[in-house]
Amino acid sequence: MDWLKIGSALFMLAMVIYLFPRAKHAVQNSPKGSLKDWMGYVLPMAAVVLFIIVLIALV
Amino acid sequence: MQMNTAVTRSQEAILQTNKVIRNTYILLSMTLIFSGFTAFLGVVSSIGHGAALVADLVAIGILWFVLPRTANSAAGIPTIFAFTGLLGFGLGPVLNYYLAVNPSIVMMALGGTGVIFLGLSGYALTTRKDFSFLGGFVMVGMLVVLGAAILNIFLDIPAMFLAINAAIVMIMSAFILWETSSMIHDGQTNYIMAAAGLFLSILNLFQALLHLLGAFGDD
Repeated sequence: MDWLKIGSALFMLAMVIYLFPRAKHAVQNSPKGSLKDWMGYVLPMAAVVLFIIVLIALV
Repeated sequence: MQMNTAVTRSQEAILQTNKVIRNTYILLSMTLIFSGFTAFLGVVSSIGHGAALVADLVAIGILWFVLPRTANSAAGIPTIFAFTGLLGFGLGPVLNYYLAVNPSIVMMALGGTGVIFLGLSGYALTTRKDFSFLGGFVMVGMLVVLGAAILNIFLDIPAMFLAINAAIVMIMSAFILWETSSMIHDGQTNYIMAAAGLFLSILNLFQALLHLLGAFGDD
């Protein structure tokens, strides 16, 4: 096991520890989205996925 | 009289919002150019993975502990340049790897990141939709991806690596919508913090796209 892997894992673990209370706060305090709100997110995401598929096809 | 006051306040709020958006994009452009320069330094000096990890660690330390304390003062500007410059420098080994394998992938990932960012930001700015409901999804998504990435450091499963990068693209895209909408709807009033968040999402998007294109491009 090389030290770089352990260092990277510790770095990411620190990020998890840092983000956890913020994530908890965000989940508890974010407004709930309606179906219409989520559709407003899903549509641009579908465009992103299609765009990436095109990029992959071009490689 | 009350209506006039309300209209004046509303105009002031719109002007303030526009000012935050304009300053954010100006600062974001400047930090992207600067990090491009430091990434170039990282490539030509052929830094190793250890040095890149140290640069990333220092950058995240600045983001967590220095930037929030300086973001409301002039000191925030050099701080964000230090943060973005170090992250750009830390890209050195990844860029060197892909430049050696297939340089066109790097240009394609760069262009793809630009198109996705401008498209999503433009979508949030023109529709003026409120994406604040994405907050919990983005944060939980980041935690799940980090957990999976920690596991995959030790498991080293290629399919999991691809799934993690695909998830990063989705989460960073959601983050761009969330942060842009937050500027429009007065959630984010500090342009330095907004630029730092958007910079981080662009950087993660670029790296994830680079890995995806590299994997599917037979490399």
